[in-house]
Amino acid sequence: MHKHPIRSLAVALTAALLVAACGQEAPPTAPKAEAPKAPEVLTVKIGSASPLTGPQAHIGIDIRNGVQLAIEDANAANVEIAGKKVKFEMVAEDDEANPTKATTVAQKLVDAKVVAVIGHFNSGASIPASKIYSDAGIPQISPSSTNPKYTEQGFKTTFRVVAHDGQQGPTLARFAAKTLQSKSVAVIDDSTAYGQGLADNFEATAKSLGIKVLAREHTTDKDTDFKAILTRIKGKKPDLIMFGGIDPQAAPMIKQMKDLGIQAKFIGGDGMQTPNFIKLAGDASEGAMASIPGLPKDQMPGGKTFLDKYKTKFNQEVELFAPMGYDSVMVFIEAMKRAGSSDPAKFLPEVGKTTYNGVIGPIAFDDKGDLKNGPITLYVVKGGKWEPLETVKPETGAGTAPAAAPAPAQETAKK
Amino acid sequence: MDIFAQQLINGLVLGSIYALVALGYTMVYGILGLINFAHGDITMIGALVALTILQGLAAAGLPAPVLLVIAGGGAMIVCAALGLSIERVAYRPLRRAPRLAPLITAIGVSILLQYSAALVWGKQYIALPKLLEPSAIDIAGAQLTTLQLAIFLLACAIMAALLWFIKTSRMGRAMRATEQNPDVAGLMGVNTNSVIAFTFVLGSAIGAIAGLMIILYYGIGHYFMGFMLGLKAFTAAVLGGIGNVGGAVLGGLLLGVIESLASGYIGDLSGGVLGSNYRDIFAFLVLVLVLVLRPSGLLGQQNGDRA
Amino acid sequence: MNIAALFNDRHYRWFAWGAVVLVLLALPFITEAVLGRSWVRIIAVSLLFVMLALGLNIVVGFAGLLDLGYIAFFAVGAYSYALLASPQFAVHWPFLLLLPLGAAIAAVFGILLGAPTLRLRGDYLAIVTLGFGEIIRVFLNNLNRPVNITNGPQGITLIDPLQMGGFSLAQTHSFAGLTFSPVHNYYFVFLVCAALTIALSLRLQNSRIGRAWVAIRDDELAASAMGINTRNVKLLAFAMGATFGGVAGGLFASFQGFISPESFQLIDSIMVLCMVVLGGMGNVAGVALGAVLLTALPEALRYIGPLQQRWFGGVLVDPADLRMLLFGLALVLMMLLRPEGLWPVRRRQAGKGNADAG
Repeated sequence: MHKHPIRSLAVALTAALLVAACGQEAPPTAPKAEAPKAPEVLTVKIGSASPLTGPQAHIGIDIRNGVQLAIEDANAANVEIAGKKVKFEMVAEDDEANPTKATTVAQKLVDAKVVAVIGHFNSGASIPASKIYSDAGIPQISPSSTNPKYTEQGFKTTFRVVAHDGQQGPTLARFAAKTLQSKSVAVIDDSTAYGQGLADNFEATAKSLGIKVLAREHTTDKDTDFKAILTRIKGKKPDLIMFGGIDPQAAPMIKQMKDLGIQAKFIGGDGMQTPNFIKLAGDASEGAMASIPGLPKDQMPGGKTFLDKYKTKFNQEVELFAPMGYDSVMVFIEAMKRAGSSDPAKFLPEVGKTTYNGVIGPIAFDDKGDLKNGPITLYVVKGGKWEPLETVKPETGAGTAPAAAPAPAQETAKK
Repeated sequence: MDIFAQQLINGLVLGSIYALVALGYTMVYGILGLINFAHGDITMIGALVALTILQGLAAAGLPAPVLLVIAGGGAMIVCAALGLSIERVAYRPLRRAPRLAPLITAIGVSILLQYSAALVWGKQYIALPKLLEPSAIDIAGAQLTTLQLAIFLLACAIMAALLWFIKTSRMGRAMRATEQNPDVAGLMGVNTNSVIAFTFVLGSAIGAIAGLMIILYYGIGHYFMGFMLGLKAFTAAVLGGIGNVGGAVLGGLLLGVIESLASGYIGDLSGGVLGSNYRDIFAFLVLVLVLVLRPSGLLGQQNGDRA
Repeated sequence: MNIAALFNDRHYRWFAWGAVVLVLLALPFITEAVLGRSWVRIIAVSLLFVMLALGLNIVVGFAGLLDLGYIAFFAVGAYSYALLASPQFAVHWPFLLLLPLGAAIAAVFGILLGAPTLRLRGDYLAIVTLGFGEIIRVFLNNLNRPVNITNGPQGITLIDPLQMGGFSLAQTHSFAGLTFSPVHNYYFVFLVCAALTIALSLRLQNSRIGRAWVAIRDDELAASAMGINTRNVKLLAFAMGATFGGVAGGLFASFQGFISPESFQLIDSIMVLCMVVLGGMGNVAGVALGAVLLTALPEALRYIGPLQQRWFGGVLVDPADLRMLLFGLALVLMMLLRPEGLWPVRRRQAGKGNADAG
């Protein structure tokens, strides 16, 4: 019976195409709303691209949730652009944290006629995708990609709302030298673009400030056992351990430090300044320090409301980048309002001129599309909570930028 | 010296967990010649089931040992059932199929398990509630927590019991017979189907205990945790000579110690050129070296003509 | 009724092949009109995977050597291209030089892998090749210190596209009223390369070497007794397989414009192996089919989200999870239903191709 491979091939292909074709019918209905006949409601699609499956899915979903919350808030606030009521719609795609899939997903978003994209999570996905967005003239804000090269490709459409490695690392090092009076440090990174970039920048500044770097260790973003490298570090007796990486590694790491009887202080970047870090590390997290760009959340106009709303809606704490995803959407919407158009060609120039006070703090871009040097706040875990320790204003004289504009931020004020 | 002792302890504890998972790989391989790629994910399910039970009962005020027995038992039952049904549905129909066919179904099953777990437990990292405060014992300047000691001793006990079981029991004999030649074993009155099913049940249940240990040791569960673990355990099984139960034990312990010592000493030995980032390379290089010298692993049968 | 017969018929053969070529030429334009440009990209990527799968097929399908680290050769090809055609070292060699160079370097790596593993069999070989793949990836990820070569996890950006004179595939061109976007351009390049790969595979299969590989696969001892130099023939299989991967890697780097170690993980090796086994190990057409199917299937399953919404009026299962569940299920079911692969190699075809067609 099964002697006809051609036939089974045909069946398989038809099945695949059928599935494809069925799905394809769905999208075209939406743009119809844009037709002039429709009753003054303009549908604007905003793309969200992040890993929704695979080992980093929890962070990707967090980003998507942030975007979704922003879009719901914007819709509830009855945003109008050029006198027309606007309904925002999210198109979320899964890039599997895979560079090849990321480009496919990017093309898919372009095909779906989104006007702006929030994504991707990994620099490895953001960079190849950025070319496709640039070719299509669609602005892209990455909530999380820290690789400096992302904005150095000469594209006008690439932005990010996360401090890149050159901003946070040195601040951490200065804090270690001045406030903590550290004399020696061991540096660990998770071999990712984010963790290594952060650790490298920390190490360089720390050395220049006279802190001795006793050990430079590496782990991966999939490991949970750090006893070996910690034991080595224990032998060198540093008074500080700095980790470039995110909470699923940072939490077991600090636990194992305590198990091994290491007394050194523990410090990291925004990747571990999360509620989950405390949850995962339990009592061991007490005294850990981490920096995060922006002002303390409860001092921000919409910060507290955002965190509460997120918790009620998704029944979980913010993982990491949801606030960045949320603010990215708001930055786009503000730009559309200023430009009086949801056409990317028209509002793209406005994105670069953003001055917005978001959940994460003041947002403004430099000419490359990087987040302008803003304040960075250091936190410490005290009584099972992240407590702000001190806020470091940018060193490079640009200190006036964040102070400016109490910003209307009406979306967040509204319930 | 205290540093070295500490690294040895780290390695042995880690290695005993690898060894427990490796047992699952090696028993199935010994009998079916199949790399059960889904085994790491079975361990993951075991870990998450145990974690859920511990979370649910944490408030009940039961003494910790009772809690652990319940959690371990629950995880073992779930994993055993899972192993049994996977064998029945995904592997048994392919027993006479080309050698690589079950490898693909194993990968399919692995994906199915991962995303079923994602549906049940979500994709966030899950924390273990605080249960017991392990106290540390000082051995020559090295810290050994009671938990580490318990994990190591329990793993050793399980492995010894398994070796004894295979050597002496009726079922163990049947397993060995099936391993050598399923057809002849069948002719001799061994019900090979039930022997194979039993192997899956046993391997999965041991995997569940390994899952519980990982949860207790690291305090974190995640739906993707089985992948790396499975890879390491598989490596350990091959290192020791896949198909050989004693080999899996040796391979697991050895791999743990190698990783520990490599992370700890590559930097100093290479004058700082290489670092702990080359740990995995080091582990694989040892593996290649062993296989080049002994193509069937440390304790594998030398004529391993199972291509 | 029997389409295959058309291709064998003397009169219709040219017509049949002409139709195939025509369809393949028109495919990206039809696809773009019907399904959108993202599908043109998916098809282009699937052609890359056809090349990869056929390369692995030489090692696994023809010579019977289980390789779980094949993506390493893809990585070697991609990095060879990227390092010599990007601002990383500020050199920009022409692709006509780089693609063969990448293939040659990959071949050397193939031999490097093959040499120490000659004595290993079956699954022992599998774990060593797996380790080899990981070793390559770890090196790529860490060769940014003490001397920066690969730029580590940050990867290499701004890789040159395929270009010659002033003509670059990364630009949109118009020709005869049709718009050729970069994706279209690359589709045609990949199509030609994939076709060449298929042709080469078919020639290899029926050559002396091809028969030697099959002989080793079926019984190594007997093969060496028949006077086959098993060592050289095995090394040749590794080298040839690696070559295909190396070329595909170079093309991939130029297509993406950016590469980082994230693209070359164990899971990618496993997926390529799945393509080979699922398509029908050893059968060139089957393997090509497997590659296209396994690239397209996960993408087609993306539509499951909207479908779920339409059929059940809500989201019952997270669409991203559902997609992966269905993919896993598909792997299991396809293997259970067709254990030999979707399009298996016909038994006893060695001598005369049409021994038993019925």
